[in-house]
Amino acid sequence: MPRKTYIAAVQEALAEEMRRDPQVLLIGEDVRIGVFAGTRGLHAEFGDKRVIDTPISELAVAGAGIGAAVTGLRPVVDLMFGTFMFLAFDQIANQAGAMRYMYGGQTNVPVVFMTQNGAGSSAGHHHSQSVHQFFMNMPQIKVVLPSTPYDVKGLLKSAIRDENPVIFLNSLSLGGKRGAVPDEEYLVPLGVADIKRAGNDVSICAVGSAVYTALSAANALAKEGIDAEVIDLRTLSPWDSDAVLESVRKTGRFVAVDESFPTCSAASEWAATVAERAFHDLKAPVQRVNNKDVPVPFSPVLEKAVLPSAEDVIAAVRRTLE
Amino acid sequence: MDHRDIPIDVILDIYTRILRIRRFEEEVGKLFRQGQLPGFVHLYIGEEAVAAGVCAALTDEDTIISTHRGHGHVIAKGGDIKRMMAELFGKASGYCKGKGGSMHIADFDIGMLGACGIVGGGIPVAVGAGLSAWYSASERVSLCFFGDGAANEGSFHESLNLASALNLPVIFVCENNQYGEFTPASRAMNIEDIAARAAGYGIPGIIADGSDALEMYRIATAAVQRARAGQGPTLIEAKTHRSGGHAEGEEAFLAGQQYRGEAELAQARAKDPLRLLHTYVAEKDLIPADQLESLDEGITRALREAVAFARESPLPEVDSIYDDLWL
Repeated sequence: MPRKTYIAAVQEALAEEMRRDPQVLLIGEDVRIGVFAGTRGLHAEFGDKRVIDTPISELAVAGAGIGAAVTGLRPVVDLMFGTFMFLAFDQIANQAGAMRYMYGGQTNVPVVFMTQNGAGSSAGHHHSQSVHQFFMNMPQIKVVLPSTPYDVKGLLKSAIRDENPVIFLNSLSLGGKRGAVPDEEYLVPLGVADIKRAGNDVSICAVGSAVYTALSAANALAKEGIDAEVIDLRTLSPWDSDAVLESVRKTGRFVAVDESFPTCSAASEWAATVAERAFHDLKAPVQRVNNKDVPVPFSPVLEKAVLPSAEDVIAAVRRTLE
Repeated sequence: MDHRDIPIDVILDIYTRILRIRRFEEEVGKLFRQGQLPGFVHLYIGEEAVAAGVCAALTDEDTIISTHRGHGHVIAKGGDIKRMMAELFGKASGYCKGKGGSMHIADFDIGMLGACGIVGGGIPVAVGAGLSAWYSASERVSLCFFGDGAANEGSFHESLNLASALNLPVIFVCENNQYGEFTPASRAMNIEDIAARAAGYGIPGIIADGSDALEMYRIATAAVQRARAGQGPTLIEAKTHRSGGHAEGEEAFLAGQQYRGEAELAQARAKDPLRLLHTYVAEKDLIPADQLESLDEGITRALREAVAFARESPLPEVDSIYDDLWL
């Protein structure tokens, strides 16, 4: 199977879906150039009408995506950095997720908001916050955060075909990551977790770049004879609680690894669910590993210190074994 | 005013829309005061000429987006007053099955893409409907109603610029009723005319007398033609008046404070769009008085039926909170 980068998988998914369905179009700032290469080259193939550069107006562009979606198109709105989505918050929170329900099922809202998520490029707080957890708190918004090139392509294609609003987050630090990606058509369904490493002693749940932190911790623990299972949720909303609970029932230990601020993080939700629904299977209290509870600093040494590390995960696993 | 070039059937159509809105809103006000409607309602009385004149210039395929003060827009676009009234009562037979309420009525079948409770929140969505019309090479135009308050939101600026930059068939209709809730527009902005802002986006900005339904129709028709011809967006500022308050029952929020003098209110009421059009029609002898009278009777009867329908309709099943979720 050919090996491709994470961001090339984004590009391939967009190109395939735009070839397949003439109602799919791409709008956003600098989508012609493709700042992160995900949209690069698409303008040459699809032209001005389907690859639309916009002013830097996140609110209006997000709203335009919604308006286009409720009138028959399937727009992919590129909002570049996750943090820029805060400028579009009203349209996403008040319109995209609510319209179908609020109007009694009169419309679907098949729009994808695509952006980069998280830290790892020493760009300072405004380009490094994770945003996935904010959108998990909104009903009727799907949230996807893949970790591998294979998953990116299959999930993005599913997101574009989905009838509901989807926030599709690419891990900023994984853009150059390579992995096997088939040339032929395939889909990865939204809402289904993937066991990235099977194990029996502890369940570690993560998404996006945190999956690699979890895997690296699992590999280190394996040398000590501790056999960790790493669950990559891939979709954060709706999230595959069945997969997590099944794993916890097997291992009896749960560690949630999430690159976002601790309070009301994705990890908080997973931990609460495990505590609520698998309490009697637990051999130890659930553990969360998050960013330190501070804004994301610039200097690489500081940025690294704020993000969850493999050592943090190992320490959390040890706490479950005490 | 002289609108000799506007055909009588169009004038009658506009008159009918105004009257239907007026009678609907009067009834809603009454029902609200009687405590029969949950939540709160923002009435459109005094502003009817804007929706009626503008929507008469649209086809069924054209789309509109509305505001928290949206009943008039739905009716002017051809909405069903039974389903509207049922929605206001929170009934299952309402437009949104009781999930939207007064500020969220939509009828996608007639191009009414929804009222919006966030000031300025509908404007970007209207740009998207315009994008869609342009993309599909359709004749359709997208029209958006919003108030003077929304003209101070970032969404107004971003949306007008975006629609202009992409040259989309979008018509922005600002209903300047002089008040953002209880704050006069004169305190919220340092300019007289919101239409002047159009220059900043390189699009036409037109000031209209929002009490004159036929002038609204004429100006909207020109903007629609422009949009259909691929010449891009227009900003229309309709100078209008709320003859009532921001919301029914607002006395509770005001706690005895006044924000609007009696003289000003009297001035606003003197510009009553229904009376103005009625006078015009009568003076020019365009439509016989008995025809107008029986029109009013018909509307009043239909309204009575709508209220009865709403009252008799069942409440939504509580289980329906899980309906119309993700597809």
